[in-house]
Amino acid sequence: MQKWKWMFGAFAVFSMLTLNAGAQDFPKGSINYWNPFNPGGEVDIAARAMQPYLEKNLGVPIVVNYFPGAGGALCWSKLAAAKPDGYTVGGFSIPHIILQPMFMKDVAFKTEDFVIVSIVEYTPIGLAVKKDFKVNTVREFIEYAKANPGKISCGGVGKFSGHHFATLQFMKLTGTNLNYATFTGTSQVQTAILGGHIDASFTNSTLLVTSRDQIKVLAVGSPERMPQLPDVPTFKELDLEFYPRIARGVMVPKAVPREIQVRLEKAFLDTTSKPEFKVKMEQGGFVPQVMGIADSHKYLEAETKLLNKLIQDYNLLQPTK
Amino acid sequence: MDLTHYILLGAQTLFTPTNILFCFIGVLMGTLVGVLPGLGPTAAIALLLPNTFHVSPVSAIIMLAGIYYGAMYGGSTTSILVNIPGEAASVITCLDGYQMALKGRAGPALGIAAFGSFIAGTISVLGLMLVAPPLAKFALAFGPAEYFSLMLMGIVILIYLAAGSMLKALMMGIFGLLIGTIGMDAISGTQRLTFGILELCDGVGLIPAIMGLFGVAEVIANVEQAIRTDVITTKVKNLLPNLQDWKDSFWPIIRGSFLGFFIGVLPGPAPVISSFSSYAIEKKLSKTPEKFGTGMIQGVAGPESANNAATGGAFIPLFTLGIPANSVIAVLLGAFMIHGIQPGPMLISKYPDLFWGTIMSMYLGNAMLLILNLPLIGLWVQVLKVPYPILFPLILLFCLVGVFSLNFSQVEVALMIGFGVFGYLARKFKFEMAPLVLALVIGPMMENNLRLSLIISQGSPWVFIKHPISAAFIFITLALLISPVVPWIGRRRKKLQEKVEGEKV
Repeated sequence: MQKWKWMFGAFAVFSMLTLNAGAQDFPKGSINYWNPFNPGGEVDIAARAMQPYLEKNLGVPIVVNYFPGAGGALCWSKLAAAKPDGYTVGGFSIPHIILQPMFMKDVAFKTEDFVIVSIVEYTPIGLAVKKDFKVNTVREFIEYAKANPGKISCGGVGKFSGHHFATLQFMKLTGTNLNYATFTGTSQVQTAILGGHIDASFTNSTLLVTSRDQIKVLAVGSPERMPQLPDVPTFKELDLEFYPRIARGVMVPKAVPREIQVRLEKAFLDTTSKPEFKVKMEQGGFVPQVMGIADSHKYLEAETKLLNKLIQDYNLLQPTK
Repeated sequence: MDLTHYILLGAQTLFTPTNILFCFIGVLMGTLVGVLPGLGPTAAIALLLPNTFHVSPVSAIIMLAGIYYGAMYGGSTTSILVNIPGEAASVITCLDGYQMALKGRAGPALGIAAFGSFIAGTISVLGLMLVAPPLAKFALAFGPAEYFSLMLMGIVILIYLAAGSMLKALMMGIFGLLIGTIGMDAISGTQRLTFGILELCDGVGLIPAIMGLFGVAEVIANVEQAIRTDVITTKVKNLLPNLQDWKDSFWPIIRGSFLGFFIGVLPGPAPVISSFSSYAIEKKLSKTPEKFGTGMIQGVAGPESANNAATGGAFIPLFTLGIPANSVIAVLLGAFMIHGIQPGPMLISKYPDLFWGTIMSMYLGNAMLLILNLPLIGLWVQVLKVPYPILFPLILLFCLVGVFSLNFSQVEVALMIGFGVFGYLARKFKFEMAPLVLALVIGPMMENNLRLSLIISQGSPWVFIKHPISAAFIFITLALLISPVVPWIGRRRKKLQEKVEGEKV
């Protein structure tokens, strides 16, 4: 009978933990941190790095859940309908949350459905090819792509995501045509490019930094060279005016009470301003940020304007032929 | 870095009070669900999964793995003492085990089952340790095309090996694939068959499905049968097998270990198949095959070793490719994801502490099981005396609470009950669950890999034939699908089945 006693106890504790109360004494139970991508991706790495600090700050367990699919749209559709009590928070990526409601028919969320609590980090997007691919520079890559239109398979995470957009933008800028293959998370892109199953990828600086010995990194989208990748040129140096990047952080449904938003904001700002956290993130290839609700929304607005301009200027959503 | 280094790393991970405790809880739970009819390791792992959210991934995996191989030990106890297999892999042990018990030799039967399991468990952990890391390096050669073909082959093997009608198994497999398409399309974000129900956005949950098919359905089916509870209690003594027993059992244990390990690597209900195969081999090799079924110790030692070894083998595709070989491993795969570990070729190099810690825990767990199962056998016999009118409602209650505590979703509870009723009906009409569950788990993975392969190949289906590894899998798949139509092979498969079914009764 041991088993039943043990399990009953476990369930009792578990159900007590998840009883929630009003805003004044938030948080009272564990907080679910929803991750829209696979384990081992950037949202996950950042969430895991913050987890101990957040748990200490808030005094409750942080439970990371995964809902990967559709470039994050699946998780955010669920998050928009989640109970707005602050016990469910979700990781997000910009530009995904701006682009998907614009272009995807079945997405059940709008960018305005959420309040961004904090932007935690961003990663410039760079171009990498598999180790035994014939090209060694961006110049050669463009020439090869022009000679073999549509033949280079180029992996990325999701449709209307940062990677997809970077690929489209690159194709427009250079007059090339690449074959975009959709994965559900960066970790899968990593496996595919290390195994040589895709030729190239516009992917996050995190992957470029951690796998730089097993792939060829051709260029990176930061304005200056990244200190973690001193030998890799920027697109700008190569006369390609283009700074693709993905910013990430945590958001909650809009209806979450203001004081709970502020409490969460404080927890995240306290965490991200810790020097040891910054060092950890930089080692992983991230560019750490300390941004609260106001700063994050400024960033979101600026980025939305920029994207709209890009979409119009380049007529980005018409297929290249 | 060398093997010793990794073994030390594993030991370092394991030998913390928490992890030893979780290992112990795991094997204890495993023995319990093995002993109890109506609750197998699949449902038990699914049930306990939500309770591991707050512990570290290593502890959680150590515990959940413990349930899996622990159940293999526990299963033999009921087979021998009551002639009721605690779980499917111990069906064959009933034949000679119960006969031995009737002859007053329950002690040696239980003893050899435990020792055999221990030896086989150790051999298969050694195999896992030596085979998995080199295989994981090779696994990077697996791209979307290879994954798709491998998974296709996995499902087809499972269907081919189905105990009943192959057509019925095929139907269940395809039904599973169809259920797997429910949810938001992972590539374009289109809703499919969700009827506006938010919970169905990310597909039908694996845990409600498994708890329904294995927990609820099993309980309903068991309630129907009047189960004899005349436990042979008085005669359990002399647990140590004598010298003659050891002489008779030595080779069956060794053969069973290797057989089980290799069958374990293949997709399918490995513990069940391996125990049946081992019994068949021992009978064939024996000088006195006619005595099988009358209490031959070989008929206990071989199968019990084989089903234990199979559990170790089944971890290989999980650790190297991230592909579940059977429904228990599928739930473990879910556990990896919940704990933030992406299973796949990078797992061993990215999380060496997890892999080696789990391996080391299997050594410790097997040793713990030996102690749990020999001196404490009386305790497990007492557990068997819990009246079913109390036990079954409790299992149902825990299934309900367990599923609800997962996401606090009533839709998932309803799904579980729906799957329970479906599972019960399917069982009545002799449809097998395994193809359905495996298809449900790997269906979405298969679909993704199929589409990725076709995107990368720019729509050409020849990609599956052009890649040599993939071509080999496709060839085997086709051969398996065509073979029943060829009269000669079809007859042989049928014979094999009749033999297996004949022995079941």
